[in-house]
Amino acid sequence: MARSIDEYLRTQFMPHIWCPGCGHGIILNALLRAIARLDLPKDQVCVVSGIGCASRAPGYLDFNTLHTTHGRAIAFATGIKLANPDLHVIVVTGDGDGAAIGGNHLIHAARRNMGVTTIMFNNSIYGMTSGQYSPLTPSGRLATTAPYGNVERNFDMCELVKASGANYVARATVAHARQLSTYIERAITIPGFAFVEAVGNCPTYFGRRNKLGGPVEMVETLKKNSITAAAAAKLDPAEVQGKIIIGEFYRGDAPGYIELYDGVIERAKEAAGK
Amino acid sequence: MGNRCDTRARLLQGNESCAEAALLAGVRFFAGYPITPSSEIAEILSERLPQLGGKFIQMEDEIASMAAVVGASLAGMKAMTATSGPGFSLKQENLGFASFTEVPCVIVNVQRTGPSTGLPTSPGQGDLMQARWGTHGDHPVVALYPSSVSETFDLTVKAVNIAERLRVPVILLMDEVIAHMRERVIVPCEDEIEIAWRPRPTVPPEEYQPYAAGPDGVPAMADFGTGYRWHLTGLYHDVTGFPTSAPAKVDQLVRRLCGKITNHKRDITFTWDEHMDDAKVAVVACGIVARSARRAVRLAREKGIAAGLFQPKTIWPFPDEQVAEIAARVDRIIVPEMNMGQLVGEVERAARGKCEVVGHSRVDGEPITPEEILARLEEV
Repeated sequence: MARSIDEYLRTQFMPHIWCPGCGHGIILNALLRAIARLDLPKDQVCVVSGIGCASRAPGYLDFNTLHTTHGRAIAFATGIKLANPDLHVIVVTGDGDGAAIGGNHLIHAARRNMGVTTIMFNNSIYGMTSGQYSPLTPSGRLATTAPYGNVERNFDMCELVKASGANYVARATVAHARQLSTYIERAITIPGFAFVEAVGNCPTYFGRRNKLGGPVEMVETLKKNSITAAAAAKLDPAEVQGKIIIGEFYRGDAPGYIELYDGVIERAKEAAGK
Repeated sequence: MGNRCDTRARLLQGNESCAEAALLAGVRFFAGYPITPSSEIAEILSERLPQLGGKFIQMEDEIASMAAVVGASLAGMKAMTATSGPGFSLKQENLGFASFTEVPCVIVNVQRTGPSTGLPTSPGQGDLMQARWGTHGDHPVVALYPSSVSETFDLTVKAVNIAERLRVPVILLMDEVIAHMRERVIVPCEDEIEIAWRPRPTVPPEEYQPYAAGPDGVPAMADFGTGYRWHLTGLYHDVTGFPTSAPAKVDQLVRRLCGKITNHKRDITFTWDEHMDDAKVAVVACGIVARSARRAVRLAREKGIAAGLFQPKTIWPFPDEQVAEIAARVDRIIVPEMNMGQLVGEVERAARGKCEVVGHSRVDGEPITPEEILARLEEV
């Protein structure tokens, strides 16, 4: 029987700052359930974040927690993991924090196959600053800084991270909470860099402006719009256009950075001894 | 340690001296990004750190390397980075985070001629103010400034110790000339130098308040992963580490942070002077310019001019008291520096009009010569 997730929460800080109907709670729940199933000791878990709505999550979690600067969470996490490889280092980031200002750190952590698990809370908008478009805002959507519709194309983060060299890449939505939690569990256990994109909903700043309905309607839309990677593979690209492809995109076993650097230490000590 | 006590006198380059001193002081983590004229520090540490079980990583940019340094320090390793002007600008964001969240770290800035890309291989002293005010908001910071390869060794050890003891980022400002110069250094043994560590909690985890400080203003720091689960944030926080915007707590935090430096100012102020006892005209100079000034003062003395030298090795906090004392008993202070006038402003402020203060700027990418300073000394 899995542990209760209550013991991982700093309940004294509830209610949290997220808006009513925000999907972030579902993602956080999926993360905590994964940690509970893995029965990780609280002292051995470290959660690092940047700036934004998603990045406020660590404050509510009874682990070693670090709320850093905008976009830099993965770089801080890299230092922590190198200094103490026994820690399970988990980064929570948003689509603005992780895909825009922090995009380069994400690419390079994946390339290095650094032993860090990254969960990207994708709500398609900058929520904390009240609704500007992000690199994951779908083309054509409205935002406070895209009053005539977003002319930029949105990133496929899973394709990016996979191409960058991560050992694990998956995507699910808040309408697929159990699946999301399973992916996060695998992401934590796999050595090397692991990435899970959790597609959520921001009813306050994305939904309202784009007339996508209330929180429930938005989650239902996510469910309706999602298609598994396996099903998508059988369709014409045109038919997949605008759909959210969910599933595991990559599971690799390339050696992680920590393991490789242990080899460097061994060689360096040998060289120094000569 | 790799420093063998039977071969203690060594011929070292400034950057090499800095790297070796950092290792002796216990630095076991370095994250950096290639930049002239500091790259030798990274190159040396990429070879030496893993020999000692430490970690080196070349990050994707300067911002990330500063972040990784803070992360590693938080997880229990003494951590350092090295850069130069353009990289120092990029490091300011996370340097401010380290200062505000009180994570010990050392940032070496081997200055070159700025602004912008400037003259990448030429010396300049344009980052004095950036070292103090480069990141936004009121924040504590310490900056040390060596004038020789030997002083670089000594001040690097001190930088690591101050960073640990006060839980503050310490900047080692270096001049390109010193970074690339080779000089004799007497390398001390590990047991001959003082090695400091961050104060550790003496209470059990359930009683630990990460930002509760005693009278000296420095809270005890538990490394991540040692059973003390705590929260760090760049938001204003109270003694528990969790965010607050209560005006009284906000005020208390910023005053404690800045007070940490003023409380310990005496312990972290290092200066050097020569011929100051009966001096009527003083030269105040730092880094490589202090070397030229030393020669200029000796030449002036030979000509019967009552000249003296005052060299602040600690630039921040600025040694106001010492400069005020000098201003009260000399007629004139000359401040030669390789910028448009940064140190001179501080000297003027500290002198409070008690004597004449004259600046001397050289900004052509060449070091100031003793003859230039001598000419100013002869102007009286």
